[in-house]
Amino acid sequence: MTDTLTTRRRQLISPRALPYVLSLPALLVCIGILIPFVTAIYYSLQRYRMSQPWNRGMNWGENYVKFLTDSDFWNTLKVSLVYAGSTVVLELLLGLAIALLLKKRSTVNNFISIMLLLPLMTAPALAALMFKLMTNPNFGILSYFMQVIGFEDFRWGSSPDTALFTVILVDIWVYTPFMMILLLAGLRSLPTQPFEAAALDGVPQLEQFWRITLPMLMPYILTAALFRLLDSIQQFDIIYAMTQGGPGDTLMVFQVEAYLNFFQSTNVGRSAALLLILWAITYVLSNIFVKNWLRLRERAKGGA
Amino acid sequence: MYEKEKDAIGAFLRGEMDRRALIRRLGGLGVTAASAGTLYNMMATSALAADFDWQKHKGKSVKLLLNKHPYTDAMIANLPAFKDLTGMDVSYDIFPEDVYFDKVTAALSSRSSEYDAFMTGAYMTWTYGPAGWIVDHNEWLSDSSKTNPNYNWDDMLEGVRKSCAWNGVPGGELGSADAKQWCIPWGYEQNNLTFNAAMFEKAGVKVPTNLDEMLEAAAAVQAGNDGVYGVGVRGSRSWATIHPGFLSAYANFGEADLSNDGGKLSAAMNTAGSKEFHSKWVKMIQESGASDWSTHTWYQVGTDLGAGKSAMIFDADILGYFMNGGENAMAGQLAFAPFAANPAASAPTPNIWIWSLAMSKFSKDLDATWYFMQWASGPEHGLFGATEMDFVNPVRKSVWDSDVFRERLNKNYPGYVEMHDVSAPGASIKFTAQPLFFDLTTEWAATLQRMVANEVPVDEGLDQLAESMNSQLTEAGLR
Repeated sequence: MTDTLTTRRRQLISPRALPYVLSLPALLVCIGILIPFVTAIYYSLQRYRMSQPWNRGMNWGENYVKFLTDSDFWNTLKVSLVYAGSTVVLELLLGLAIALLLKKRSTVNNFISIMLLLPLMTAPALAALMFKLMTNPNFGILSYFMQVIGFEDFRWGSSPDTALFTVILVDIWVYTPFMMILLLAGLRSLPTQPFEAAALDGVPQLEQFWRITLPMLMPYILTAALFRLLDSIQQFDIIYAMTQGGPGDTLMVFQVEAYLNFFQSTNVGRSAALLLILWAITYVLSNIFVKNWLRLRERAKGGA
Repeated sequence: MYEKEKDAIGAFLRGEMDRRALIRRLGGLGVTAASAGTLYNMMATSALAADFDWQKHKGKSVKLLLNKHPYTDAMIANLPAFKDLTGMDVSYDIFPEDVYFDKVTAALSSRSSEYDAFMTGAYMTWTYGPAGWIVDHNEWLSDSSKTNPNYNWDDMLEGVRKSCAWNGVPGGELGSADAKQWCIPWGYEQNNLTFNAAMFEKAGVKVPTNLDEMLEAAAAVQAGNDGVYGVGVRGSRSWATIHPGFLSAYANFGEADLSNDGGKLSAAMNTAGSKEFHSKWVKMIQESGASDWSTHTWYQVGTDLGAGKSAMIFDADILGYFMNGGENAMAGQLAFAPFAANPAASAPTPNIWIWSLAMSKFSKDLDATWYFMQWASGPEHGLFGATEMDFVNPVRKSVWDSDVFRERLNKNYPGYVEMHDVSAPGASIKFTAQPLFFDLTTEWAATLQRMVANEVPVDEGLDQLAESMNSQLTEAGLR
């Protein structure tokens, strides 16, 4: 019976076709990614605003050239990089600090590390709305705390002075646990011998951290930072839910600008060009990180 | 049951009895306003059916894309009447406003035939129309074989009707002779004052009648009531910040968004008059607005008034209407007043938002869809919605003439009817119709935010805005 089934299956898919059939799903996914990508490149090279169909035509990179003299674009680039850089660095520091505190395996530490994952379960847009309520000047608990400690007129997301701080705070609340859990896994998987040897030699804890823990943890740090950086440079939901990119142009990051360009202004050409610039930045950043990660791995192998 | 009442309404529909006589007669028969509305609607539907083949598309189905709104609720409540009248079926998807227009843009730009008709604002049709996503409804309005003889298109308020018609030429006058009727008005909002009468009384402040008085009144009422700010206006980084109170007041001073020189458009918001107006508006928000004004959409403006956190709003009249009912803390305590910002102006000139219905060009059966459109925007459904549901503001004169409707408003919404009557003649869209509408207004809102935050002085901010707009207009070939 089994033999018959196997034979029948063999007849259905010939051995020569089998590799192609097995790779078909991957191929379809690639096509599903490549078609919109190529379409976006094509649109980005056009003057294409849906409300002016008569004006549509190829302008061969003019959208990109205009960015050079467009102060809005440079502001978007600056805000996106500052946002991504600040959130990744702060979340890395906080995540590492929490991971170090929870490094020792114990029931309490394991329980706390699981509890700390809660914000990751919250959709970022919902977290932003939650913070919007908590920073409401009439009834928000965070606004109340600020008044108690003497900041009577702290305006959170509604003032250009504090808007960036506010959205970074939300980002930190949501994503620090992500850093923490990756680094904690890294810390707990480090070999114990170097630490035991250092303890025998009487190396101070701080020295151990700088000379042993940090270098050995670096591949994990780079991996966590890369994931967060790629996500953070594409930030949309927290900022849009909190301030729609305002006040003024304070938080006008790439995705918010591209979204407004497409859905509100129906300016497809500019929107596509913005997203391709974002793709290029993401590509460069991920390359830098991957190269460094490989270099570290090579060094670790050489050391061993 | 109700035979005498039906006779009375039948006589009215046949023109044998005037409206006041009908009201007296129904009152005499002990009929409540709500029951009278139902009876009227039922009778009117039957009367309509007699004059027009409403069953022509029997068995067909229409699918709608709708925004979550009291207008939608009123329509759904009355849908059985449409189904009975036509034998057609209606299905719909409802989305919250936050994502509604994204859904519309996605459906139309992908040329999807899923939806036959959808809710829209007139401003959106300045994109949808030229993009070729919606039809010119004049084709159906002018075809007597497709439109029921009692539809009475001229019954629609003129300013509202014309505001939904544009010839597609950038800067072209709304409602011009060659205009295309991109959408059919359904319900609309004027922008006027809704105020908390008790707070004004407590502070000994009288209701402002122009912008200077509004600045003073807002500051005084704020000083006279603890934990309350003076005036609620929108402030989020969105086109929606510009169109309500702000543009209504701006237009009242004779100021414009763009100038039109023989078809060439230029920014007009950096004139001396505009700068003076902006200075006052910014000062008003800084001194008496919400401290988180820059995140305020219509929702926060309304809920703060309803919760007793603000003393007045200069925003959509229907926002005040809804805050004066339901579970709001201030329900029943709000009052309404018309507002002309310019002391030299003879009457208010509210810019208006019009929730409208439009047929998708990709609908598979436009004639059948038009049956739904003419019913939903017809006088009977308008009267039903206005008298039995919260379908305010009606876009039809006949509904505004309804004593049942006016009495309902007068009973619970002091000053509302008068406010509407005073403002309606000047109510229309005050923006220049052109394809960069959303770019212009969103950037305008962002500039306003920078001015209020003292990031840029008013005159400099407006010069920068005008320069930016002019370069975008040039780039789009409009200047």
